[in-house]
Amino acid sequence: MRHIIAILMENEAGALSRVAGLFSARGYNIESLTVAPTEDPSLSRMTLVTRGSEEIIEQITKQLNKLIDVVKLIDLVETVHIERELMLVKIKTTDKMRDELRSVVDIFRGKIIDVTPTSYVIEMTGTSDKLDAFIAAIDATSILEVVRSGATGISRGEKGLHL
Amino acid sequence: MELNGAQIVIQSLKDEGVEYIFGYPGGAVLHLYDALFQQDDVKHILVRHEQGATHSADGYARATGKPGVVLVTSGPGATNAVTGIATAYMDSIPMVVISGQVPSPVIGSDAFQEVDMVGITRPCVKHNFLVSDVTKIAETIKKAFYVATTGRPGPVVIDIPKDITDPNIKVPYHYPKKVEMRSYHPATSGNKGQIKKAIELLLTAQRPVIYSGGGVVLGDGSQELTELAHTLGFPVTQTLMGLGAFPATDKQSIGMLGMHGSYEANMTMHESDLILAIGARFDDRVTGKLDMFCPYAKIIHVDIDPASISKTVKVDVPIVGEVKLVIRQLLEGLKDAKYKIDKKAAETWWQQINQWRSVQCLEFDRNSRAIKPQFVIEQLYQVTKGEAFVTSDVGQHQMWAAQYYPFDKPRRWINSGGLGTMGFGLPAAIGVKLAHPNADVACVTGDASIQMCIQELSTALQYNTPVKIINLNNSYLGMVRQWQEFSYESRYSHSYMETIPDFVKLAEAYGHVGIRIEDPEDVRPALEKAFAMKDRTVFLDILTDRTENVYPMIEAGKAHHDMKLRVAIGTTTDRELS
Repeated sequence: MRHIIAILMENEAGALSRVAGLFSARGYNIESLTVAPTEDPSLSRMTLVTRGSEEIIEQITKQLNKLIDVVKLIDLVETVHIERELMLVKIKTTDKMRDELRSVVDIFRGKIIDVTPTSYVIEMTGTSDKLDAFIAAIDATSILEVVRSGATGISRGEKGLHL
Repeated sequence: MELNGAQIVIQSLKDEGVEYIFGYPGGAVLHLYDALFQQDDVKHILVRHEQGATHSADGYARATGKPGVVLVTSGPGATNAVTGIATAYMDSIPMVVISGQVPSPVIGSDAFQEVDMVGITRPCVKHNFLVSDVTKIAETIKKAFYVATTGRPGPVVIDIPKDITDPNIKVPYHYPKKVEMRSYHPATSGNKGQIKKAIELLLTAQRPVIYSGGGVVLGDGSQELTELAHTLGFPVTQTLMGLGAFPATDKQSIGMLGMHGSYEANMTMHESDLILAIGARFDDRVTGKLDMFCPYAKIIHVDIDPASISKTVKVDVPIVGEVKLVIRQLLEGLKDAKYKIDKKAAETWWQQINQWRSVQCLEFDRNSRAIKPQFVIEQLYQVTKGEAFVTSDVGQHQMWAAQYYPFDKPRRWINSGGLGTMGFGLPAAIGVKLAHPNADVACVTGDASIQMCIQELSTALQYNTPVKIINLNNSYLGMVRQWQEFSYESRYSHSYMETIPDFVKLAEAYGHVGIRIEDPEDVRPALEKAFAMKDRTVFLDILTDRTENVYPMIEAGKAHHDMKLRVAIGTTTDRELS
């Protein structure tokens, strides 16, 4: 099953590599990983998407908690949560396909943020599933570049991941 | 008080109460060595190879419970220390390793003797630090000792660039009394609900067993474990790392379990209906084939490290906490429990265990004209009256020492169980002897292992650490040879040593006493002579039966009840007790 693990960690040199190293050393897979400082500059927040059985996810969270730099973590999938990923897609366009493409972008609530005579850059946010669906909905041969931020997430309501 | 970085390091160690530091100087730590030179409180032990420094510090830590401290230079000094750091990590030994680093401005430029020590050691330390500012040294050292010694202990590396110890930069010195880390909160006592569940299981079990490990030694829970075992009347089996936490000569002791564990211990585990695991981690050398592991047992697991629980074997009642405190909670709870132990079931269970005991799985040929290694260990036990600190290297001799020297006290048996590091024994013995100068310290080793850190004989002379080296010399890499005999149709691929040095001359060349023993009759007198020479390091080169094997043995991929014994006793039927 897919899990989204949100981690608050000390914003120290090497903290990221401790997490990445743990995953490679113990053979866990990482689907995506994003990290940036929080409103408190001494803390970074990392969101890590991984897959595994219940036993493996339990080990992953325990091993992560054991890292000295990790302050706190939650598995968002176990709570009611909001998931978002940012995607930028560069598409080669012809006059004929522009209208249709615009309507698909509208349906997916995306934005066209750069236009040249031969290309569009489309910005889209949503769950990773939705971004996958958009990619599937457009002509694969027209795609020039895709860049995705990796999933991030936050739990609903007052409870969540904070000190 | 204003001090420079180098002085701050040494003063911090002093304030931390460090007695010995094991190390080797080099370019990046010259400022530190200059500061060391100008004081007498922290005594420095100059090893002959950095691996030796880590093992000596490790031996010191295991024998005392205090953290071992190491000082090495950058580059090769640091990489040489890595094997010893990993050894300490796998056995959860508290250790603080200070490594020099090239000056901050040249880090990352492939400077002379530069390696990324923080990167290299990341997977084999509990934590590591790169000190970026002279004002942060004292706090970092305090944190390092705090992390290394609390919770599940382990090694911590502090990498200090040379410019941070510059003698010309002085800052105010203050060593914090304690540190708080918002990201680190080691467990203390166990969850009350879980304790309650555990007590109910303990008192309703028909065929219970206590399986205790190195955590009981590390957590100083030996006394509590013994009290609990006596209160419950359960059989106690101990892991290689846990030996001594419960007295081996106690009638409830059924010996070590696992790959070379006793027949009675492994059969008891296999047939049990309840396992109380304390400070043990269900290591593969203990469990054998996982899906056949203890098929009838419920498991209570007490450990300070939540990640150790349900890692390989799913447990029924997890209790996270310090073994000492959790056992006290259990003892407290047992006092006013509503259940009583089923005495009749206990009697039947012990009858069965005694029947397994009667197989006498550790018997060996006592009439052999060759020296049996098992006999040597038995004699060592008798000569030292079971009171010695025994370090070992890795291989057959290690298993024989574990099997034939019954340890009654914790911290007496000192070996590399997790990483299995050959070369550990001699430097570890030196560390132990420094910690306990009046105790008998024996290093049980083999002709292959001893050569991996033989250079430390020189350290032993310089610091007058008269340890006794018991070299079980069979001219083979014995454990490799044994596996090749059993699993590779005796194709002894590179497990034979054709040019073994003359260990007697070698010992003498290093300034010690060397004795060669070739006859079983000479073993006892030689041991007596060696231990009578209180102020000399003695190297006993004992030529043992060359093809002796370690029994019993659970071969890879087999279960506890499927043991290879010295004398076949017929197949042991699964579920004899049903």
